[in-house]
Amino acid sequence: MVTVHQSGAELRQRAWDAAASVVDPEIPVLTIADLGVLRDVVLDGDHVEVAITPTYSGCPAMNMIALEIEVALERAGFHRPKIRTVLSPAWTTDWMSEAGREKLRAYGIAPPQAASSRRALFGGQVVACPQCGSEKTELLSEFGSTSCKALWRCQACREPFDYFKCH
Amino acid sequence: MAISNIEVAETPLVLYALRRADDALVLGHRLSEWCGHAPMLEEDMALSNIALDLIGQARELYSYAAKVEDKGNDEDKLAYLRDVRQYRNLLLVEQPNGDFAQTLVRQFFYSAFADLYWRAMMTSRDTTLAAIAARSEKESAYHLRHASEWIIRFGDGTEESHKRAQVAIDHLWAFTGEMFAVDDGERALIHAGVAIDPGTLRGRWLTTLSEVASEAMLTLPQNDWMQQGGRSGRHSEHLGHLLSELQSMQRTFPGLTW
Repeated sequence: MVTVHQSGAELRQRAWDAAASVVDPEIPVLTIADLGVLRDVVLDGDHVEVAITPTYSGCPAMNMIALEIEVALERAGFHRPKIRTVLSPAWTTDWMSEAGREKLRAYGIAPPQAASSRRALFGGQVVACPQCGSEKTELLSEFGSTSCKALWRCQACREPFDYFKCH
Repeated sequence: MAISNIEVAETPLVLYALRRADDALVLGHRLSEWCGHAPMLEEDMALSNIALDLIGQARELYSYAAKVEDKGNDEDKLAYLRDVRQYRNLLLVEQPNGDFAQTLVRQFFYSAFADLYWRAMMTSRDTTLAAIAARSEKESAYHLRHASEWIIRFGDGTEESHKRAQVAIDHLWAFTGEMFAVDDGERALIHAGVAIDPGTLRGRWLTTLSEVASEAMLTLPQNDWMQQGGRSGRHSEHLGHLLSELQSMQRTFPGLTW
């Protein structure tokens, strides 16, 4: 429960930590803080408002994430937290933390490249295999198991792998 | 018993958002019809993913239309409780899936436009529309690349795939003119810096099409007679069938929630 001894800054940090602990239901090694989905936590008295930015327009994980944030904050003693969706600026994979990228790689998903490479209409992408590190890889499908991933295959170790698309 | 349609107060801005929302919803629904039927697993996932992006865009645009209208409608009512004549989408997006070439040519024509359109709309003075544009622009870039690769594979593939792609291009061409047309209400929004003039994008749209078509060894039609009507609610017979499926649950069990 929230105690009266905590300062505003400490309380806000507590709320942030609770919200930041929520993981992506599709990629459970990443927290919403790693992803850059968690934008802000505002404390007004003991009322908390959390701002999140959706990844993809139709990402079904966003409803789930919003619900999980509510649950995490209730557990941390913040009652009836409000979740606000902020559309602008649009989420980009450039917001993903370095720690997040490393966690992705260790999990077997190639992390996103810089957004500038997105504009190339054809080819031009080099994605290193998260298993063996080889850059001899090929795109199997632009769209993978979730909105945010493409399906690739390593020609060196022959392993298929997910690539977190730059966005 | 069917429940009655909602009324929508179509001010120029409400109508603007509705038109784009209807484009995204109807095309998204069409693509979702491939779910479980696509020629290979990767395509099943690709088309479903693109459908999800489009339906996501539609939700944001409907929510905004409802907010601007401020008459108690919401995204669900706008999607489920308007009849054919109240839908404002392009005729292109409601055309049936046909064979795989028809689906991908329709997607190619639309994505090549949407990619340019949303990128230009990021400068809108309307901050909500600019934000929706920024989201949609990124997604459209992927949709365009996916469709372009298929057009090249069809055109430069077998005799059969080439023929089917060319038939699809010739058939769907007359539905592309509507993307670049504006009416008086929309022209006022363009002058106010809320919307952009799609007519200014036609040259670049044609360039994208020509580049891909030439690599695919396909021919773009020269005729410029264009079919119109979707923006004002005059649709092909196909939309009614699509809506009867899309809306069947809300029409049968009014107010049903998950």
